[in-house]
Amino acid sequence: MSGTYLGMPSFPKAAREAVHNETLRGNLRHATHTIRDKRAKAVAELADWAQLREAGKQIKDRTLRHLDEYLVQLEESVTAAGGTVHWAADGDEANRIVAGLVKATGEREVVKVKSMATQEIGLNEALEAEGIAAYETDLAELIVQLGEDRPSHILVPAIHRNRGEIREIFARTMSEWGRPAPEGLTDSPAELAEAARLHLREKFLRAKVGISGANFMVAETGTLVVVESEGNGRMCLTLPETLISVVGIEKIVPTWQDLEVFLQTLPRSSTAERMNPYTSTWTGTTDADGPQDFHLVLLDNGRTATLADEVGRQALRCIRCSACLNVCPVYERAGGHAYGSVYPGPIGAILSPQLRGTESEIDASLPYASSLCGACYDVCPVAIDIPEVLVHLRERVAGQGGRGHRLEKAAMKAAGWVLNHPAALAAGERAASRTRGLHPKRLPGAAAWTDSRDLPELPPEPFRDWWKKNRT
Amino acid sequence: MRVGLFVTCVNDALYPRTGIAVVKLLERLGVEVGFPAGQTCCGQPQFNTGYRRETEPLVRRYDREFAPYDYVVTPSGSCAAMVRDNYPRIGRKAAAEHRGHELADAAARSVPKTYELTEFLVDVLGVVDVGAYFPHSVTYHPSCHGLRMLGLGDRPRRLLDAVRGLELRELEGAEECCGFGGTFAVKNADVSAAMGEDKVRNAVSTGADVLCGADNSCLMHIGGILRRQDAPLRALHLAEILASTEEEPHA
Ligand code: SF4
Repeated sequence: MSGTYLGMPSFPKAAREAVHNETLRGNLRHATHTIRDKRAKAVAELADWAQLREAGKQIKDRTLRHLDEYLVQLEESVTAAGGTVHWAADGDEANRIVAGLVKATGEREVVKVKSMATQEIGLNEALEAEGIAAYETDLAELIVQLGEDRPSHILVPAIHRNRGEIREIFARTMSEWGRPAPEGLTDSPAELAEAARLHLREKFLRAKVGISGANFMVAETGTLVVVESEGNGRMCLTLPETLISVVGIEKIVPTWQDLEVFLQTLPRSSTAERMNPYTSTWTGTTDADGPQDFHLVLLDNGRTATLADEVGRQALRCIRCSACLNVCPVYERAGGHAYGSVYPGPIGAILSPQLRGTESEIDASLPYASSLCGACYDVCPVAIDIPEVLVHLRERVAGQGGRGHRLEKAAMKAAGWVLNHPAALAAGERAASRTRGLHPKRLPGAAAWTDSRDLPELPPEPFRDWWKKNRT
Repeated sequence: MRVGLFVTCVNDALYPRTGIAVVKLLERLGVEVGFPAGQTCCGQPQFNTGYRRETEPLVRRYDREFAPYDYVVTPSGSCAAMVRDNYPRIGRKAAAEHRGHELADAAARSVPKTYELTEFLVDVLGVVDVGAYFPHSVTYHPSCHGLRMLGLGDRPRRLLDAVRGLELRELEGAEECCGFGGTFAVKNADVSAAMGEDKVRNAVSTGADVLCGADNSCLMHIGGILRRQDAPLRALHLAEILASTEEEPHA
């Protein structure tokens, strides 16, 4: 994944700062609560939501089971439609392929449709190293790029910024990237949007190469699909002469009919809209219309390894709607950056450690970045049981040992012995109750607990002793 | 009907009054309650921290200890959810690891007879008015595992609504997690405390005397913040409210 995140501290350390940043918490709280309430209304409008969710889950699972066959079918359809398919085992390979394709056009700049896959592999940075400028055209992505910031949300990468901060970023940096922000720019949403529109228009009209991801790829026809709200993506998909799409291999659906399910569940889950304002589809190339050269880079980057894990593979069903982020109480307090990946929130906590492995400090801490409250599972439109996968990955992390886990394992073993010897447990409880006057309220050893909470007072006797005295 | 009480390790050691309340409440409703002394813990702390194999003896123990009973009742939504959702998973994984079906069978026996207290009252005994009297204002926090894994729905609220003298107050953001999450409270102490403090702020703003819940582990976390902040309300398990009567009011 993107080098930007290498060497990130563990989640608890990264989250600590965010938790105490009042502005950030206010921004996140406001944004996530607004969208989650809207989503709940949009979903409640559909009487068959439960069936749609189940259908989405089934389609994705069936596709994943036969992924090899659908990928081959897709390659054939794309090729037949005049496109070229490239296979990339990891991020570096994908970046090399894309850089090579751009260089072959002789161009030095590209316009980009918002795409998680290209962020995942750090494509912008890789292109920059090759002397190619990549311009983000999605409004929120533009804010992040201009602010030299990192995205903190799947759908709204600049969710952690408020209007005042955005105005400041535009006024300060737009001139370095192209058309400057208008004089006297205020923080009214209309003015900010207009400033971005003028700034981007210049880029759309000039660019000869566009780079996109895709929400879906239809195997039967080789068609790629992007859904978006602003229409900027469509500009990048239609105006340039060359279009390069970088897409994760799990984004396939077998047929157009399958799309019907997701085009209902995705917009309602993500933006709380009944339909996306713009749904663009493209199939290979068409004479004298749109890009005349089309390349599809199919990205693995840890996906086949994820597919091999029976419990963990359900993470590949994800359609990146971000509903799980918006309901997550941990994300709301910790913010997106603490997850050390372009995939933050509950889905990030299960996807990143699978795509990247659990060796680094940040990846080993992500499965624990949840209270297992289950709100994410409830809203997920493809029914990914995120808590189940989190616990499954915790087992992997605990099993690999490493910092902290050796002690923990010893403690768990000791507790396990006591819990399997009720007499010992009862004796321990009794001893604790008898000496309860000696227990301090703020234990030095239990600092993490007693920083902000008192320990409960011990009772005069445990329940089992009451029972013995009163009921036997 | 033979009913075994699964008091849970947290209640046994720290909140015996909740267990006593369940015994008195069920007996008042004509149920004969048993307490198998060999019970210990459902294994949730270990399982949720990633130590699945360490929970296996507890799955066997639970099955064995409660074998003589038709029902197991527990005043803890998260422990009931552990049995119902995770025991079968533990069984499936053991079978997948070619270690036989013994755990899967133990889970299959435990799951159908395990009930969280409010489920048992409403679904099995068919009562909503349990004859309780509790003259205080109360706000209710539905713990996540009861709410989402067990789907307790409005059962706890219907029981509270039928308590004489009790005034129920709406809790803003009631369905949001309080931030306990077992070892999460220690491993991610900052985020956990921030969640708990928001929960406490909402609870205090109801003006209620009591914050009530059906899971003492969440109440331990929320109650710990309440005490630290000297907040004007206290945390109390639902069973203790339901056990309180005019003749024997909650102390
Ligand atoms: S995990 Fe589910 S809810 Fe979260 S982004 Fe993916 S599809 Fe949406």
